[in-house]
Amino acid sequence: MSLTSTVADGAQVVTVNAQRIDAAMAIQFKEDMRTETDSGPERVILDLSSVAFIDSSGLGAIVAVMKQLGKDRRLDLAGLTPMVDKVFRLTRMDTVFNLFDTLQDALDPEQVEH
Amino acid sequence: MVETFACSFRATELDARRGIISVVDRLKDMGIPNTRVDEVQIALAEAVNNVVEHAYAETATGDVLIRCNLHPDRLWVEIRDAGIPFLNAKLPEGQAVTVDANTPLADLPEGGFGWFLIRELASDIKYKRNTDNNQLSLCFEIQLTA
Repeated sequence: MSLTSTVADGAQVVTVNAQRIDAAMAIQFKEDMRTETDSGPERVILDLSSVAFIDSSGLGAIVAVMKQLGKDRRLDLAGLTPMVDKVFRLTRMDTVFNLFDTLQDALDPEQVEH
Repeated sequence: MVETFACSFRATELDARRGIISVVDRLKDMGIPNTRVDEVQIALAEAVNNVVEHAYAETATGDVLIRCNLHPDRLWVEIRDAGIPFLNAKLPEGQAVTVDANTPLADLPEGGFGWFLIRELASDIKYKRNTDNNQLSLCFEIQLTA
């Protein structure tokens, strides 16, 4: 799985460079995220703008990543494409994560709740 | 008039991905609106994942056969596999997800969304256990754009 990680404005931005986070990808995604976010800023932003499709395995993997980060860190999601957004809304996971339309919105201090 | 096509693939995660993508491409070519095809893809992927993870869990991996029947106002997607039947030959309920912003981190579910998504997205679901295969049919209302 291809992830790219940068630190911007005190947050770690992890970009998923894959079109699908599906059953074939979920375990690898979870492990790679664990490696990428092993240490670093309190806030992690997952940029999903390249991801066109996610299934329940992928959704479960993102929830697992948030649990791995623990109580003192948080995982925000940015750039949800229509199908990914639909899966989050149907499963009510849109109420659990902070969702931002774009990565730029996620990094905008005025848009971020504290 | 009913338009029909079928395809089959091995019940592995990677073959399933390729099979789902090929079905989705055919459905778009048939003139089904993209947003509807997206919903079909979400439900179909969950049904196929179930076959890969459960139906063939304890037997040699076999094939998944998908047949789509497009009627003027609805699409039936039939998924067949030669794996084990559902428990008591009944479909799982698909518990509603009950999370919200106050759910403690440790209580958030990491799975169990599959049947919930299928039941949310399909307008009708039929399941039949045949002598040697499972036959699951999902129905979606369709308005053709073509």
